[in-house]
Amino acid sequence: MRPTRFDYIRPETVEEAIEVLNRSDENKALAGGHSLIPALNLRLAQPKKLVDISRLPGMDQIRADEGKLQIGALCTHHRISHDGQVADHCPALADAASIIGDPQVRQWGTLGGNLAHADPASDPPIVSVACSATIHCQGPSGKRSIAADDFFKHLFTTDLKMGELITHVEFPSSKGMKSSYVKLPHPASRYALVGVCVVLEMEGTSCRAARVGVGGLTPAAKRGRGAEQALQGSSLDDSALEKASKALRDELEGDELIGDFFAPADYRLAMCGVFLKRAVRKALGS
Amino acid sequence: MSTRIFGSGIRRREDPRLITGEARYTDDISLSGMLHLAIVRSPLAHARIKAIRTEAARESEGVTGIYTAQDLDLNPIPCAWLLPDSDLKTPDHPPLARDRVRYVGDAVALVVAINRSAAQDAADLVEVDYEPLEAAVNPETATQPSAPQLFDDVPNNIAFRWVVSSGDEALEKAFGEADIVVQERIIQQRLLPTAMEPRSAVAQWNSAARELTVWCTSQNPHIHRHILSAVTGVPDHKLRVIAPEVGGGFGSKIPVYPDEALVSWASMKTGRPVKWTETRSENYQATIHGRDHVEYVELAARRDGRVVGIRGKVFAAMGAYLSTAGPGIPTILHGLMYSGAYDIPHIRCESIGVFTNTTPVDAYRGAGRPEAIFLVERLMDKLAHQAEIDPVEVRRLNLIPPFRDGHEVATGLTYDSGDYGAALDKALQKAGYGRLRAQQRDAAKQGRLIGIGVTCYAEICGLGPSQVAGAIGFQGGLWESAIVRVSATGKVQVMIGASPHGQGEETTFAQIVSSEIGLPVEDIEIVHGDTDRTPMGWGTYGSRTTPVSGAAVTLATRKVKEKARRLASHLLEAAAEDIEYEDGRFFVRGSPDRFKTIQEMALMATVGWDLPEGMDPGLEASQFYDPPNFVYPFGAHIAVVEVDRETGAVALERYIAVDDCGPHINPVIVEGQIQGGVVQGVGQALLEGCVYDEQGQLITGTLLDYAIPRADSVPTIELDSTITPSPHHPIGVKGVGETGTIASTITVYNAVIDALRPMGVHQIEMPLTPPRVWKAMQSASGTGGPTS
Repeated sequence: MRPTRFDYIRPETVEEAIEVLNRSDENKALAGGHSLIPALNLRLAQPKKLVDISRLPGMDQIRADEGKLQIGALCTHHRISHDGQVADHCPALADAASIIGDPQVRQWGTLGGNLAHADPASDPPIVSVACSATIHCQGPSGKRSIAADDFFKHLFTTDLKMGELITHVEFPSSKGMKSSYVKLPHPASRYALVGVCVVLEMEGTSCRAARVGVGGLTPAAKRGRGAEQALQGSSLDDSALEKASKALRDELEGDELIGDFFAPADYRLAMCGVFLKRAVRKALGS
Repeated sequence: MSTRIFGSGIRRREDPRLITGEARYTDDISLSGMLHLAIVRSPLAHARIKAIRTEAARESEGVTGIYTAQDLDLNPIPCAWLLPDSDLKTPDHPPLARDRVRYVGDAVALVVAINRSAAQDAADLVEVDYEPLEAAVNPETATQPSAPQLFDDVPNNIAFRWVVSSGDEALEKAFGEADIVVQERIIQQRLLPTAMEPRSAVAQWNSAARELTVWCTSQNPHIHRHILSAVTGVPDHKLRVIAPEVGGGFGSKIPVYPDEALVSWASMKTGRPVKWTETRSENYQATIHGRDHVEYVELAARRDGRVVGIRGKVFAAMGAYLSTAGPGIPTILHGLMYSGAYDIPHIRCESIGVFTNTTPVDAYRGAGRPEAIFLVERLMDKLAHQAEIDPVEVRRLNLIPPFRDGHEVATGLTYDSGDYGAALDKALQKAGYGRLRAQQRDAAKQGRLIGIGVTCYAEICGLGPSQVAGAIGFQGGLWESAIVRVSATGKVQVMIGASPHGQGEETTFAQIVSSEIGLPVEDIEIVHGDTDRTPMGWGTYGSRTTPVSGAAVTLATRKVKEKARRLASHLLEAAAEDIEYEDGRFFVRGSPDRFKTIQEMALMATVGWDLPEGMDPGLEASQFYDPPNFVYPFGAHIAVVEVDRETGAVALERYIAVDDCGPHINPVIVEGQIQGGVVQGVGQALLEGCVYDEQGQLITGTLLDYAIPRADSVPTIELDSTITPSPHHPIGVKGVGETGTIASTITVYNAVIDALRPMGVHQIEMPLTPPRVWKAMQSASGTGGPTS
């Protein structure tokens, strides 16, 4: 199919891009385009103007220092999944980036575009929530930063205001911790029916602190705080994992859950427990 | 040469152009002054059209014309398989809907514009007022009197009721006296063929010559020519259909759709070339679908496992209109195969074709036969379980014994040749069946769910004797023809009426000719896909190209060779019976130095300077070939699966396929056909399912929702073969394009049920997705774990 007619510009600076995006909500930012272009082709999105931000300067850096990993919004999933610093400081993100879509999607899709799109079945939002990432953005009224917990509001809805662009995302280094991301993919789209990310701080064989992110079945990626409590202080043995799984299921059960003809909500709910266990075992390398 | 090239796994000559992107598909054609067409399609499954407003669309930039049904002067799109003795109803299928739409995707209006985007923009501006009607979606419930009716003169939406029976009275008696009767309700879910290349057509009307040329994505350009002639009124001798490179069909490019007729009409109307190419979303709405049966089947047997009868009642969706071959698929190609690979004395199939508010259903790879083998093999497994006999033994007990020249089964078909037990033995040995069962038991002790599926199949292909075609209502012949033309320099053009589109006959037919006549493959060109360049033929489908067209090519080549031999005998001044042939040379018996090459004979025949008395010049032959019987490939497949107890995910661990399609012209191409077929059948078992909601909205409308198998969906397929020539074919070959699909769906299905049986799971609706398998495990009685 063909998109409807649109104008296209490629600003030279972040400020210029923001200025154009702020003019009309019918102007849309184009980064990797792997969500936007299909929507254009199906005419589900009919923007007046595409603002191509894919070559904006300074937004494709990966830098690790002072216990933080900073990833430019324009870094592709492929690059993230192959970067040594990401592997070092945020292996769960590398895990997730390596199983997004297919190789073509990973070559084009960007971290910033992915988070801004906030697809409930997407992988990076789950990791950013579990890893307590901070999303840095810039808009008409300057720069600000948003904790991942507060960033994802609902289906395809974020805290971003009109004209705001994600510039980079900051992940606290999880070096020395145990972490992983696992998902049950839809066989066609490979989006997550359920995705679970865990970050575990270990003290010997005991779990001192745990962070759990879950998504795919919820309208937005979210923390599994009950599961975190169940894991903390445990030795992550089978019974602890069983408890944590139950806590995660119980916590989500009252929530608005996503289900469809392919995977009903009750299945997804059961699977988030299964995949929590798998995420922990994978993180521990067992 | 003959011994080397026939049976040699040379590389496909088609591949370089396909791999490098040089191949030219219909959508690559661009003609001077060409216009583009977009089709406005119904967003509703069933509705009355109250009004169509085109004013806004007409104003849209680049539009040259907008047309609705009242503007058209085209005949309805005909169905070409008019089942006899079935009370078949053939309501009109207008190329554009007149007052009523009957499925999501039904064509309502045409937009012609200067480019594709302009056509699409204007199509979005066409406003149609619909009065929605209730939709009938499921082929079984659509037959109830309370169901919405698609056509005023088709009561209960029943398009036909067709029966094949070995004798009802004896069958009833056999079932009545049987020790064991097993039953199942089987849903053969609807599938989307998903050829990589969507459909496309370009039409060019030459008003001076009053000739129409249509390039289109066709598996059978000669059939397209006939039907387009009937629909447009352009006489067939003034109508040329060209199928350029075709990027996969799987049956979906057999039918003649409204779309090609509309493109033709638009070109005739505007006097300019017109192109249309469907989008993937359009492909899912407007290109035929496959399968969609609800079946009630049962099998009767003696206590010792000997099968005495099988019968089934099938509700088969036809979709909103009868597609070109639609009625023949769940009947002739389905019910007649209820014997499978077994000796079953009593058989009955009743097939009810049902109109539903869905995309029309037609042939999809295997077409009726996968469904038949599925139910036979499903019932065999149930019988094995009930009679407490190993599934392999129950099959072996019932297999048709080896036969070389004909075996009649209870549906009336005469299978040509087979040694089913040999294929089964080979597959069992390759799989290590005894070891597998032991591993399965050991794994069960650790709580792991491993399952094994074993299938024996026979299938009918190589369609088929034209006399039979007539008797079963096929509105055409099923013969093929070929012309073999050798030039003065010894180069060969072979013109065939069939139309390969991925099956590799440009390679295998050159191998046939080369092995018959001794010319190198590089000097032989197979010409196909153009009604003006090729002699008549009925096309490529039903695994028929090599069995039928290949026979025509073989016999035409032999005629050429015979003429060359007579000419050689004349020039060598020896009696014809003293001339011997080997590797492209004719020589006098006992004097191999006195020879003429085939190239020399080509030159001498072409110049005609010194021909024997009564011989015409030229080295060329034409051959029509009407097969005396169908061909019946067979084999045995084995699948090993492991089911993830926690998630319901099925991992296909091993797949073993032993197939017998007669001698292999090119074993690499045979393997490729089987691999592709197996993967497609695995897709039905595990991944693919087209879903409509109750209003007839297509839920799986894109590849984001409709899962097709990918490279990581299957393990390395372990292939082997037995070779049993067909007794009636000039070189003994059978078809192989569909065998993999016919066997693999049920093989995987039975393996999954085998894995889950200890938990009390005996049936799951396909595709066997993780959520469905998990749900079945949850619902089963034995959720606590394996009980055996």
